[in-house]
Amino acid sequence: MKKFNAILDGLGSAILLAFRAFASLPTAPRILKRVVEQAFFGGYASLPIVSILSFFIGAVLALQAGITLQNFGMKQIIGTLVAESLVRELGPVMVAILVAGRVASATAAELASMTVYQEVDALVTMNIPPERFLVLPRLLAVLFYMPVLAIVAIVIGWIGGAVVCHYVQFIGVEPAQYFAGVKQFLTHRKMWDGLIKAEIFGFCVILIACNTGLRTRGGPREIGYAVTRAVVFSLVTILVLDYFITKAQA
Amino acid sequence: MKKDIIKERTGSEMKPVGVEVAGLSKSFGKQSVLREISLSIKPGEIFVIMGPSGSGKSVLLRQIAGLDLPTSGTVRIEGFDPADPDTRDRFALALVFQAGALFNSLTVYENLALYPLEHRLCTKQEIHTRVDRALKILSLENAVKKFPSELSGGMKKRVAIARALVMEPQLLLYDEPTSELDPVMAATITEIIATLKNEFRVTSVVVSHDRDLALTIADRVAIVMRGKLLFVGTPAELRQEKNPAVTDFLNPQIDLKNPRYLQLEAT
Repeated sequence: MKKFNAILDGLGSAILLAFRAFASLPTAPRILKRVVEQAFFGGYASLPIVSILSFFIGAVLALQAGITLQNFGMKQIIGTLVAESLVRELGPVMVAILVAGRVASATAAELASMTVYQEVDALVTMNIPPERFLVLPRLLAVLFYMPVLAIVAIVIGWIGGAVVCHYVQFIGVEPAQYFAGVKQFLTHRKMWDGLIKAEIFGFCVILIACNTGLRTRGGPREIGYAVTRAVVFSLVTILVLDYFITKAQA
Repeated sequence: MKKDIIKERTGSEMKPVGVEVAGLSKSFGKQSVLREISLSIKPGEIFVIMGPSGSGKSVLLRQIAGLDLPTSGTVRIEGFDPADPDTRDRFALALVFQAGALFNSLTVYENLALYPLEHRLCTKQEIHTRVDRALKILSLENAVKKFPSELSGGMKKRVAIARALVMEPQLLLYDEPTSELDPVMAATITEIIATLKNEFRVTSVVVSHDRDLALTIADRVAIVMRGKLLFVGTPAELRQEKNPAVTDFLNPQIDLKNPRYLQLEAT
């Protein structure tokens, strides 16, 4: 019961935090520099790892599909399969998990240490709301870079699949045929579904990280716990939300 | 509205403010930290709050700063609630934290310029002038481009005081300003506190263990022990105080035959 109450408490405070942060939206031009900094750290600096991961995920998907589909003589639909999986599921989920591991952990650690070492109290005494100074730039930045990262992941994943289809002998699907399969499947609606998923996941992950960091009390040990809590809650949230969003989009 | 309040304050001549604490109690769970504290801090005075570790001094300071809400009782700055953001704008309440609480990702200059920049109080040139003046008063001109991690403990405290000064406060709160400093640096900080009071007519509330600081610069001293207010008066009155708890705190005798820590364990 205590744990359930703690979860409800955390959920409530995260929702309040989001409202408070967006209440400062009219001051957004003032925080533009910090939004750009966060977008650089969370988005631009994540590009290499997103590219490598998505290339190999696309490659593995194509390989697995090739192994199964060659028995049925349906290798020509590999492109469609890879595209469908990446756009609607693996692209947004993989990027969100990566942001949880890379950005949310750093955000939780930074805000937790600012709370423990009274930097957040210093902001309050200066009448600078931490929601505006610390949270809003991160939330605006993630809304900007998540769809970009998701598109990059999806496109590079397709390329990974195409490379495998072309170079692995027993598959032997030409890139033209592979991308024809991709094109055949791809609609605006499906692309939007994937991008909306990515936006929601990214927003929730950063909100959880900010909320966990700002609620940290105690000493340095709690900073470590805050990071663990932020990453675990983020991963659980991504997968739970994924089910409900997929169901709603079906 | 908010900007108007700040401009009204910064535009007019700085007036020191008074603080009224009435029947203040604070508990964390079942632990009572402050019990029925009532005191009055006069405008423009240096009011030093002393007491042993864990007596509730810093909690009292956080209540005056409006960072925590009391369990019962009230704190008022010129009749206004310090926890209300408008009160902070109206009187520019500044708090110098024990460890400085400087923003590690910002340089010394950026730390100092943060308040006027965020509140858009004046032009960049005026902000520069304000920051420069604070840096000069605290002799920090050479540290402008440094990050807090590159500063010594004494410099961090001076930067924290400079940051508070840039706010042009009417109420300046210090949490253990001389702790963890060598005697010379502690004397320097003590002199700075006295100078700021005289030059800027700011009301200063200082939480400290430092007897020398209290007896040298305080207009009045309060002694808090186990969450209760035991004494309020001038340094001269404090020297005459007969309460054994107060005299023992101010002049502890080292007794190796009957060590104090064993008596603590027994109680």
